[in-house]
Amino acid sequence: MQSSKKSLVFFFLFFTIQLYFSCSYTLASKKGPVIFVTTTSVYDSGLLEELIPLFEREKGYVVKTIAVGSGQAIVLGKRKEADILLVHSPEEEKEFMVKGFGSRRRTIMYNYFVVVGPKNDPCGITTTRTAKEALRKIAERKCIFLSRGDNSGTHMVEKRLWSEIGIDPSKENWYQETGQGMGLTLKMAFDKGAYTLSDSATYLIFSKALKTNLSFVKDERLLNIYSVLEVKPSMSGRSNPDGARALSDFLISDRIQRIIGNFGKDKYGSSLFIPCARKKMELEKWR
Amino acid sequence: MEIIFDGIKKAFILISNLNSEVSDVTLLSIKVSGIATIVSVFFGILIGAFLALTNFPGRRILVALVNTGMGVPPVVVGLVITMFLWRNGPFGFLEILYTPWAIILAQILIATPIVSGITLAGIQHVPGKLKIQIKALGATRIQFVLLLLRETRFSLFAATMAGFGGVISEVGASMMVGGNIKGYTRVLTTATVLETSRGNFDMAMALSVILFCLTFIINQLLTFVQQRERRK
Repeated sequence: MQSSKKSLVFFFLFFTIQLYFSCSYTLASKKGPVIFVTTTSVYDSGLLEELIPLFEREKGYVVKTIAVGSGQAIVLGKRKEADILLVHSPEEEKEFMVKGFGSRRRTIMYNYFVVVGPKNDPCGITTTRTAKEALRKIAERKCIFLSRGDNSGTHMVEKRLWSEIGIDPSKENWYQETGQGMGLTLKMAFDKGAYTLSDSATYLIFSKALKTNLSFVKDERLLNIYSVLEVKPSMSGRSNPDGARALSDFLISDRIQRIIGNFGKDKYGSSLFIPCARKKMELEKWR
Repeated sequence: MEIIFDGIKKAFILISNLNSEVSDVTLLSIKVSGIATIVSVFFGILIGAFLALTNFPGRRILVALVNTGMGVPPVVVGLVITMFLWRNGPFGFLEILYTPWAIILAQILIATPIVSGITLAGIQHVPGKLKIQIKALGATRIQFVLLLLRETRFSLFAATMAGFGGVISEVGASMMVGGNIKGYTRVLTTATVLETSRGNFDMAMALSVILFCLTFIINQLLTFVQQRERRK
């Protein structure tokens, strides 16, 4: 009994002290941590694990990258619980800027949305050319469609598409909400033989992970645009606007834009994100 | 099926190669959940013993609260703590959100009711005659409590194991208050969730195997201490 007590106390003291020092070591930077709230689709791709360590090494900031859906990211930004956001929900971003929550918004990269379905494609979406036509076909034939249902950027686009084609699927029994991230929703669609809307990056990653070919419609005009938003600092003085600015500048720099453009080429055959910090005007035309 | 075997195979490869990322995540899990368990055992036994040995109005409500606390979902604890620790929240000045300390705090709140509840049940299970006997032999109050705890040591070990099992396996709170930051607050469970959402099912499986083995080894150690008197 006595020896086990001693070893418990030893364990406790040893690890507490060690953890304390390892934490203070990690946060030894005088510049203070930057809270970077990012959308899950970018985080899950692994891109940030390549970029953030570079930024930390070169600029001396410690970045705390937190992955959540775009909806939650924007709420955290409004509450000033984040210093900088990386999101893909243009309507909400514009509102965020108009209402004065952000100090700067920059578009950094984009990819496409794809409507994805089972290999044998019972709804025949591969005969269509746009996402809207594909969704209309799914609704007509009542094929099972999985919605994220989590206010993420992808979910917002999906809701917009349904309303633009004048269909309200929310009460239909072929329309199901998963409440999961994009990857797991794709996995569920694959397991259930259902259709869903995905960003092209997660689609590429998961079709490789699931070792399968799904049927899909890539809508060249339905762009999935990612922007960084610097959050206006809060009164409490615990924000880090300098860090946010540095990270935003870093992400649009030519060198990093090149890294973004090459990311995933070796593993997935094509790049997951297309850098676009230098061609913002061009993108505005698309919208 | 293939993925499961791949995962188990990968787990052994990762362990035998001492993959630094995996060993960091594993070590952090041990540290965080170990510290949280020790603190919860301390407070849990205090609370459990207090509730078992005293009588005052409102005691039953407290006991009911402890028993409810045993079943509160970690994600609820995580959500509440996150809101308290937000930098513009009431405890924002501590600046511990998204650090290992926040995970430890959340896990203490998760495990303490578990330890209290089992301790309480264990002490109440001691026959009343024994309590009278100890008092009759002239034990002081502190001696009385220590003797009772000695009598209930099997329950106390069970409480420790249940508390540890509760926190090492919990993912909701660690994810929310820790933020799953690579190399800083990523623990085994949150890493498993991340690898799953990245489609790395074999890696997720490998992490699960490591988590299972770790839990097994620690419970094996505690069980060994708990049961060693039986063999005498």
